[in-house]
Amino acid sequence: MNPTQIAEGKAVGQGVLRVDAEAKVAGQARYIDDLGFPGMVHAQVVRSDRPHARLRRLDLSPVLAHPKVVAVVTPRDIPGQNCVPIIYRDMPALAEDVVRYVGEPVALVAAETREAAREAALRARIDFEDLPAVFDPLEALNPGAPQAAVREAAEQGNVFNAMRIRKGNVEEGFAQADVIVEGEYRVGYQEHLYLEPQGVIAVPEEGGMTVYGSLQCPFYVQNAVATVLGLPFAKVRIVQTVTGGGFGGKEDVPSHLAAMAALLAWKSKRPVKLVYDRDEDIATTSKRHPGIIRYRTGAKRDGTLTAVEVEFFYNAGAYQTLSSAVLWRGLIHAAGPYRIPHVKVDGYSVATHTVPCGAFRGFGSPQVIFAHESQMDELAKALGMDPLALRAKNALRVGDRTATDQVLEESVGLWECIERVRALARWDELQREVEEFNRRERFRRRGLGVSTVMYGVGMGAKAPLLDKAGAYVKLEVDGSVTVAVGTTEMGQGAQTVLSQIAAEALGVPISSVQIAPVDTSRVPDSGPTVASRTTTVQGQAIVDAAAKLRQRIDQAVRLILECPQFTLEGQTFCASGAARRRATLADVARWMWAHNWDMGATGWVEAAPVDWDPQTGLGKAYFVYSYAAHLAEVEVDLLTGEVKVTRFWAVHDSGKIVNPDTARGQVLGGIAQGIGYALLEELVSQDGRILYPTLTAYHIPTSADVPEVAVEFGEAPYSAGPFGAKGLGEVPLMASHVAVANAISRAVGRRLRQYPALPQRVLELVEGGLG
Amino acid sequence: MTTITLRFKVNGRPVQLEVPPGRRLLDLLRQDLGLTGTKEGCGEGECGACTVLVDGKPRLACLTAAVQVEGKEVVTIEGLAREGKLHPVQEGFIQTAGVQCGFCTPGLVLAAYALLQENPQPTREEIRGYLAGNLCRCTGYEQVVEAVLWAAERLK
Repeated sequence: MNPTQIAEGKAVGQGVLRVDAEAKVAGQARYIDDLGFPGMVHAQVVRSDRPHARLRRLDLSPVLAHPKVVAVVTPRDIPGQNCVPIIYRDMPALAEDVVRYVGEPVALVAAETREAAREAALRARIDFEDLPAVFDPLEALNPGAPQAAVREAAEQGNVFNAMRIRKGNVEEGFAQADVIVEGEYRVGYQEHLYLEPQGVIAVPEEGGMTVYGSLQCPFYVQNAVATVLGLPFAKVRIVQTVTGGGFGGKEDVPSHLAAMAALLAWKSKRPVKLVYDRDEDIATTSKRHPGIIRYRTGAKRDGTLTAVEVEFFYNAGAYQTLSSAVLWRGLIHAAGPYRIPHVKVDGYSVATHTVPCGAFRGFGSPQVIFAHESQMDELAKALGMDPLALRAKNALRVGDRTATDQVLEESVGLWECIERVRALARWDELQREVEEFNRRERFRRRGLGVSTVMYGVGMGAKAPLLDKAGAYVKLEVDGSVTVAVGTTEMGQGAQTVLSQIAAEALGVPISSVQIAPVDTSRVPDSGPTVASRTTTVQGQAIVDAAAKLRQRIDQAVRLILECPQFTLEGQTFCASGAARRRATLADVARWMWAHNWDMGATGWVEAAPVDWDPQTGLGKAYFVYSYAAHLAEVEVDLLTGEVKVTRFWAVHDSGKIVNPDTARGQVLGGIAQGIGYALLEELVSQDGRILYPTLTAYHIPTSADVPEVAVEFGEAPYSAGPFGAKGLGEVPLMASHVAVANAISRAVGRRLRQYPALPQRVLELVEGGLG
Repeated sequence: MTTITLRFKVNGRPVQLEVPPGRRLLDLLRQDLGLTGTKEGCGEGECGACTVLVDGKPRLACLTAAVQVEGKEVVTIEGLAREGKLHPVQEGFIQTAGVQCGFCTPGLVLAAYALLQENPQPTREEIRGYLAGNLCRCTGYEQVVEAVLWAAERLK
């Protein structure tokens, strides 16, 4: 017998209000710094102020002499291994003999107050012997360059990882081309600037350690704390607190904070709070990798792409952290969402004596997208083609092969995104408006820019072991539903979307569903909350659990109603035929409870298999892709070089949209971050030192800097996603920045090849371009 | 340590505290009074997450010395609801998905409240201008603007 469709279409696809909004608008949501524990002390990290040096002597006696200091920790106090395990195991929790970047932790202080901890930490006497250092990734590749990478973690010298794609034969491809464009593009750091700085509280309890924190990936943190304390995982519990933004910045970094706080808590036997100041956060935590990216792209006269050749270098910083995975995503995304028969890509993540870079929304793809979408515009110009038409002509469709020779079997909505953005923005009319404006104005120029992107959803073939998720769905005795999952809410709306999926799959009102707090001792390991995978992978695990529970509910309904067939009217089950018996879900739950039935069900999902060959770079890199087409209008002040984004249009294919309102929020927020990346956000560093790690110097977009954005969704359903859903979170940022860059280039008539487009950089273009 | 006796009203309730002269209003609210709805995002007056109302005007609690509010009325996010009912500005943020991570939300809500006190029917441009001192990294501001318009409509 088929399970009854209880209330199909009631939750998924609706603009359900966010389940966490009320507590947040009322000021009642408790973030990490809002929490305290009896006897809690405060931590401060003692850091290196040298980019590369031998630690000759560390004297903490003046620190200990501070009356309010409770404990200090040096590597000798580490009961387990001095290692923050991420992908590699090269990064110590505390530097032992050598420091490799400015800001690297060398010792820890706990004191009765935060102020006292800071004061005391300043008293640490560290005797350094400076060693030669290297900061630029290209210089780090030179023979004889100072060694930044820990040798065991590098493939060769300072090359952490080298990866490649070889598809077809690019020489042949370029020989077939009528037009070839070539360019080098450069990007610097981008800082996450989540509004809530990093923070954790470690509480020694039950012979083990509990860590509360602002974090994305509790199971990564559990690994780190168990490693440094030498404890079994079962003695380490990680509880996520309300998290004030992540964007990748709270993927791996919380592992380091948690390891440090746990060490102090272990030694002092007191709860320890470690919350970073904004300046400390900017100066010492991960960022988007700076990159140097070289492209060559060939096309026939009619716009058909024949070949692309790419070489790119990412500055990884002093330790591996997530750089190998970041590099891999950049590699796979380097050729863009196009049919290209001949592809050659070489990517390198390079160690330098700088702060380790890590995950940031887009994860290694925005840098290469800046280049490939600039190249598409340069090609369009060289060919005299409409840039949207050039993209539409080459856009991947179902049945096509990607740059890694993966056949796209389903759910490719790119072409539709391009055509819809063309219609949404009234492209032809818009171009005339802009031309007219430019004829009329003397000192202002407008420009239009487009971009199209693809995004591999989930971990991909580089980390398939992590692409799983579990869910436990429990019918409570009153008919309400508790859902336990191992992925996290960091602001993106996961709790709401997962509640909707649970409600839809079970056929209960969304108000009946509660997502349990994420606590590693109580929720299934669902892999990390990254890679725009939560809706797709975690959602499907909930569907799996709900289906099992539904079978039991249906069986109970049949027994209660004494009838093999029943219907659902509103929230009431009604027996079919002459017997008019009825039961609500609460009645059914009560009955199941009273008959000692198992009222919980676990669900499990393993993402569809992927497979990739590192020798050729070919294979099924991701199980499915999301797509987007963006269109930006900018206005450039030719006298000052200032750029304003005046209008913006975005169309996304992320499969079925579970919640149009929160999805739109993801798109709008991602676009704003992309505008910041293209226009504003620059962290100045010199000799490995970030010079002004403050919000006064690092500018993110304000409400006055972003335009109104028209957002639409094309929804090419994915058969293995919950109700057809794919990933969305990262895609808007990936597409937006280069639409802006292309618009600037068109407005001033010269190619922007470096982010951010600060006024002086734009003025240089203007002076060269307008003559 | 020298302290000063400080008397002021917070969320309508009179309080009297002994405070060191250099204590920030932010720390006084969060630590001494347990009003943790006011957030610290940067501690240098750039992000607006610590925005509170002092005699009805938006002020940055991280740049305000506690002693500066002597005799004044301070309203924090905890003081905006009336008799358990959210203020329309708060309701607006819920209705329009103007909240994501929520860390900037208390400051944005109070700034929006102050805007609507000054200008009950603002345009989108006026809202964007007024809220430019409150950084949000999640929303891209559009749904925040919609939240303020929703509240303005409700308060008509």
